Amino acid sequence: MPRIKLATVWLGGCSGCHMSFLDLDEWLFELAEQVDLVYSPLMDAKVYPNEVDVVLVEGAIANQDHLTMIQTVRARSLFLVSFGDCAVTGNVTALRNPLGSTQPVLQRSYMDLSDHHSQMPTEQEIVPPLLDRVTPVHAVVAVDMWLPGCPPSADHIRAVLTPLLRGDIPHLEGYAIKFG
Amino acid sequence: MAVKTLIIDDQLISALEEETLLQAAQAAGIHIPTLCYLEGISEVGACRLCLVEIAGSSKLHPACVTKVAEGMSVRTQSDRLQKYRRLIIEMLFAEGNHICAVCVANGHCELQQLAMDLGMDHVTLEYQFPNRLVDLSHDRFGMDHNRCVLCTRCIRVCDELEGAHIWDMAGRGTRSQVITDLNQPWGTSPTCTSCGKCVAACPTGAIFHQGSTVGEMVHERTRIEFIVNARQNHQWQF
Repeated sequence: MPRIKLATVWLGGCSGCHMSFLDLDEWLFELAEQVDLVYSPLMDAKVYPNEVDVVLVEGAIANQDHLTMIQTVRARSLFLVSFGDCAVTGNVTALRNPLGSTQPVLQRSYMDLSDHHSQMPTEQEIVPPLLDRVTPVHAVVAVDMWLPGCPPSADHIRAVLTPLLRGDIPHLEGYAIKFG
Repeated sequence: MAVKTLIIDDQLISALEEETLLQAAQAAGIHIPTLCYLEGISEVGACRLCLVEIAGSSKLHPACVTKVAEGMSVRTQSDRLQKYRRLIIEMLFAEGNHICAVCVANGHCELQQLAMDLGMDHVTLEYQFPNRLVDLSHDRFGMDHNRCVLCTRCIRVCDELEGAHIWDMAGRGTRSQVITDLNQPWGTSPTCTSCGKCVAACPTGAIFHQGSTVGEMVHERTRIEFIVNARQNHQWQF
């Protein structure tokens, strides 16, 4: 059986979902025998490759880089899993949305709540510009399945990957789709 | 007391004529999802989760406020009902700001549980991200309007069991919200007895004990059940 090309992507999230992925512990050895990990924050690859079979996307779409990246990921991947609550709902990353848009968010973070040396960031092109509204991944590109959880447990990640390794579509229910 | 016979999900059932479809179904061990319903206080049919199909009627009927009738044939599960129930839960999630990961009621929340039960792995509707307030003016309790689903349990439990009626509903449509007294900070309410029944009745983490952290608040319903039992069955022995 050909080895599956697996990728993981980290957008607007805390990396907790990736930490939970590492909680797969010794099963990671079994996984490594069945997949080629072609792109991930856990490895050194600069460019998202073509023809990825399965990708786990952690995090919401919060800035311009995320928006560009998710469109590349979607175009080059067969099966896209929205991985964790930030990707699925916006979650904590989207807590800023009720403030309205980018300017009030920056104002609140860098001026209103600053203890000293309040200053709005002015340097261009050092960090990507924020989007006015944080959205879940499926609000921007088509998603093939959703794995909620903050973070999803290692058992639930395994319940998604195991059928995919066989070429089957996973079905999740009960605690496997619990938010939070 | 007259008895009615009816069919719920192919089961032949007898029920007292004053009983609702929900009570008759529960007595027969048939589960119908609910959210605004709380045993012991009045039913308002607000959340529409308990909608059921009745043979001969094209519309759907809320089981909590529909009385049993002779010869009625009821279906509590169907693809159509499942679709509507999931859509109702999705609308509640999209309408408020429900961030389960940082909520006091995480793991003890009826909204979160319903989402799981109905297979909601994501929300297909656009999130509204309303700008809602948090009221921490009360000494012991807090109210986070972001987490409120407008079920009105707090209003009814305060009015009917405590007899204080400090809670009520204000506004229309997306501006609807529960208020205390004359829409003033909860801590300034001269009528609140600080009994905590609203905290126990709330299905989510909207009304909570101050000082609770994420996932810590269990809804303690025994006091509500004790009062309901005392009122309905005249039993108040500990």
